[in-house]
Amino acid sequence: MRQRGLLPCALLPAINVLCVLCLSPASFSPTSEQNLEGQEIFRDDTAESHHHSKEYIEINPLKKLPSLKDGKFILSESVAILFYLCRKYSTPSHWYPPDLHTRARVDEFMAWQHTAIQLPMSRILWIKMLIPRITGEEVPAEKTEQMLTEVRTNMQLFEEKFLQDKMFITGDHISLADLVALVEMMQPMGGNYNVFLNSSRLAEWRMRVELAIGSGLFWEAHDRLMKLAEWDCSTLDPMVKEKICVLLQKFR
Amino acid sequence: MGLELYLDLVSQPCRAVYIFAKKNGIPFELRPVDIFRGQLVSKDFSQINNLCKVPALKDGDFILSESTAILIYLSSKYPTADHWYPSNLQARARIHEYLGWHADCVRGTFGVPLWTQVLAPLIGVHLPEEKVQRNRAAMDRALQELEDKFLRDQAFLTGQHVTLADLMALEELIQPVAVGFDLFEGRPKLTAWRERLEAFLGMDLCQETHGLILNILEQAANKKIPDPAPEVYPYMLLRISRIP
Repeated sequence: MRQRGLLPCALLPAINVLCVLCLSPASFSPTSEQNLEGQEIFRDDTAESHHHSKEYIEINPLKKLPSLKDGKFILSESVAILFYLCRKYSTPSHWYPPDLHTRARVDEFMAWQHTAIQLPMSRILWIKMLIPRITGEEVPAEKTEQMLTEVRTNMQLFEEKFLQDKMFITGDHISLADLVALVEMMQPMGGNYNVFLNSSRLAEWRMRVELAIGSGLFWEAHDRLMKLAEWDCSTLDPMVKEKICVLLQKFR
Repeated sequence: MGLELYLDLVSQPCRAVYIFAKKNGIPFELRPVDIFRGQLVSKDFSQINNLCKVPALKDGDFILSESTAILIYLSSKYPTADHWYPSNLQARARIHEYLGWHADCVRGTFGVPLWTQVLAPLIGVHLPEEKVQRNRAAMDRALQELEDKFLRDQAFLTGQHVTLADLMALEELIQPVAVGFDLFEGRPKLTAWRERLEAFLGMDLCQETHGLILNILEQAANKKIPDPAPEVYPYMLLRISRIP
């Protein structure tokens, strides 16, 4: 059975501009590699617009990443894929604990993070790096500051409500919640913005998660993101560039 | 003290939780929370849920927020029919797939017309027409995807049976309908889905759940909606500022 994990595919895809999450950090989630020993994983390192190609649209009509194809079964949405992989491959139970209350905590975080973490973190990357790089224009300072304030507030909420004084979100062991939280919070690094600077507790948690995953795997998964600053955007399809200019309008 | 559910039926995710609990005969104490009277940001409530959001569940000492998590918790803890959150791997994955897309494309989008027409004006804010149109377009796109990618030729969103996904979707889609934007018009497939779903849930339960929101325009016209408490203003302004 072949598994197709489209890991850091097209960091700068021909973008679905109506979804700011198109740089789904979920594309970097290493869980699919960690537990799929013996399975072939296809990684697509080719051009930016690959996931708008005809071939890919057959896999995922929503043209979004990440995407899983398991025989005839096709699945999108990172959280759905992570849950599927955990169960299908009987990964160690700490990833998605079976205890009712602990699992509910993971579910609660996975739901909350969509708007509280994923969206704002992705926006920072756009505002600080991608939009200026591609359009040549800066996003108004007021909007940038608003976004950064929201991020700081939510990081605080994350620390107070989800992490608290524990090693990981569910307690002593890493779970999907930590994995998703961290890959989302890494997004701004692509634009040289580090959200962990203000809290030593969060910085310690970050390191703990990285070590639990394994630093080699962690940084391998983030390689494309960290090299984003080197991307030559002159190769970008003009139509895509135009759509990004339209996106810029939303921030005015 | 048994199960307590903190809900305001003006809120879409609250209604999804309410309908699910009632339909499945799950015994609970309803703790009404009036968002606009500032009860969400009161000291009492923030002890329940320091995220200051509804719906919230309290089960003994265990407190849980986020409608998705609450629905899954209830379906796991109480004897509910399997179809709501099937144990089958692929069927369950489809629900999570829907809920992921829902979080990005439905939540936050379908609530906007209520803000535009009723809630923002309560604090003297009027949204520019450009934003109203942008929201309409976003709703149209989402509805098209809902039909093409999820519903397709199935009876319900993720297959032939009602699931948590259908409840979450229905309650979001009702919101614009409540302020006169009939998004079911011209969409026979979606209309049929809604009718099937409401027939399954039962008209009495639907009326009980939807009564408040479907009356919202009339209440606004008769000035029966309380002026929002001052402590709620910052939250309202923040929410309004997020409308693209």
